[in-house]
Amino acid sequence: MGRRLVRLPWRRRPPTSASSPDRGIVSAADRSQSRVRWFMRFLNGSMLVFLLIVGLGPILWMLKSAVTPTLDTLRQPMALWPHGFDLSQFATAWNKVHIDRYLFNTVAIAFGSWLVQIVVATTAGFALGVLRPRYTRLLTGLVIATLFVPPIVLLVPLYLTVVDVPIIHWRMIDSYWAVWLPAGASAFNVIITKRFFDNLPREIFEAARVDGAGPFRLFWSVVLPMSRPILGVVSVFAVVATWKDYLWPLLVIRDPAIQPLSVRLPILAPTTDLGVFIAALTISTIIPIAIFLLFQRLFLSGTGLSGALKG
Amino acid sequence: MGSISEVAPVPSVDARSRAARFRVTRAGLATFAFLLPMLVIFGLFAWFPIIRAFVMSVQDTNLVSDPVYVGLQNFQRVLADPLLGIAVRNTAWFAFLALIFGFPVPIILAVLMSELRHRRGLFSALAYLPVVVPPVVSVLLWRFFFAASPTGVFNTILGWFGLGPLPWLQNAGTAIPSIVIEATWAAAGATVIIYLAALVGVRPELYDAAEVDGASLWQKIRYITLPQIRNVLFVTLILQLIATAQLFTEPLLFTGGGPANSTMTVLLLIYKYAFQNSLGGDYGMAAALSLMLAAFLAVFTAGYYWLTRRWGVDS
Repeated sequence: MGRRLVRLPWRRRPPTSASSPDRGIVSAADRSQSRVRWFMRFLNGSMLVFLLIVGLGPILWMLKSAVTPTLDTLRQPMALWPHGFDLSQFATAWNKVHIDRYLFNTVAIAFGSWLVQIVVATTAGFALGVLRPRYTRLLTGLVIATLFVPPIVLLVPLYLTVVDVPIIHWRMIDSYWAVWLPAGASAFNVIITKRFFDNLPREIFEAARVDGAGPFRLFWSVVLPMSRPILGVVSVFAVVATWKDYLWPLLVIRDPAIQPLSVRLPILAPTTDLGVFIAALTISTIIPIAIFLLFQRLFLSGTGLSGALKG
Repeated sequence: MGSISEVAPVPSVDARSRAARFRVTRAGLATFAFLLPMLVIFGLFAWFPIIRAFVMSVQDTNLVSDPVYVGLQNFQRVLADPLLGIAVRNTAWFAFLALIFGFPVPIILAVLMSELRHRRGLFSALAYLPVVVPPVVSVLLWRFFFAASPTGVFNTILGWFGLGPLPWLQNAGTAIPSIVIEATWAAAGATVIIYLAALVGVRPELYDAAEVDGASLWQKIRYITLPQIRNVLFVTLILQLIATAQLFTEPLLFTGGGPANSTMTVLLLIYKYAFQNSLGGDYGMAAALSLMLAAFLAVFTAGYYWLTRRWGVDS
């Protein structure tokens, strides 16, 4: 994925005729006054302290307690290692509490959901954005309509559908298909992929057609290679969303051996040693945070969010 | 012009007609092949369940016997449930508190961040970090923070100032505010990013003009910045309300609806009807209540939209 995949929002300022195109609420003239400068430094410093304590604090506490003996955390939760470290809690969580297995389950669920979402989004986006049959508007409308239905309305009927899939009478409960397949029904994915394909230059498709490429060839060799940016957006949000999901896997995956972390952790909480449990929480958080740090621009540019806003 | 699946005009030559029809059919088939994954997935897991929700709400459905049509009985039974009033009151209180805590903080942070000339990336990343923590992990983590004993994390901090200990989640009065604090922590970063993107769109000339008129810093924020991002504020406000109405993970994992149903929300009630019923799931009641919630949200959103449009015209 290219570094300039999505531009940072604060660089997207429209060109203006004003003397200082980069100005904000406080003018450049005011900024040069030392009184104003000190005031703004004070504000920024306070904001940094606030973000570090309130935003990052809980995460730092989790990291600290993951390597602190349980008794210390229980007696003095805010003290920094009164009796030294305990790194063995990670090993215990990994080997004895079987966080390794549940982490693998989460990865397997995320991978399958990602694959289904990519297949549905790209094929549908290609059909609706490039092939454009006559009923495109109707289908797009039907897809967008699902965005206006709160997820809660779907919960119970979707559950009954997964318990007994119509026509083929397939009981999906306790198999990952019950999470993978419904994940594909994401209107957000289909719509942003379609919009991306809508904006690809149509001359290229025409040229490919003249060269004798059929729709499948066009899809595989022309459109897919051009859609790496949008695939990146869909992929990152698909993985993060699956990682966060709790209610749905809780309902459809009952077999403890194949449950993901999000479902397992609350069940493990009462019976696991506190320090070991916080180490397990830390392990569950590492991958989402790593994804966020790697693809910061994607998250912080508001692509997914503004896309979700506009629907 | 000339999309690939375009239907050829009526051809004059017979051979060309056959070729064209052949091509059109093949193109139609190919289009259908590409649409197939979406049609199957959306059909089974989006369109069909939406319709089924309406059907189920007027049926008595359990997984054992065939569904029976019962008219509006499910709705009547939901409305007669004494828990419904409690759940609605709690959800409204949740939404109100979430607004008080959760609405101003992201605006203040975003306005401050938009004034940064350096390291804005660092600040916004810090603000966004809690959003990436999986909700289950943050709830389980915050359960330790809210521990009611004097050696709980927050009670230890309060102790430094000679305050507390507070019962946090253990008390009917403080349980909902506690959950709202965690929910705000977990969600505020995403809103900050939305506002930050909106603030970038505010045209700098407006500030230049206001300064010519002698506007103070506060007046610039009050009369330019906030009105300029008004639409975004309205949208996030309604989205936040819709999200709070569907709060589930937090009340379930923090308190399970207790103590004494003080954190029973509408969504938790739906979950209880369908999945925590010792007599087998009452799916009809659950469908009826979720439709009622959706209808309320739709009416609320429409009314809100209508009101804000009126304000927009008036001002």
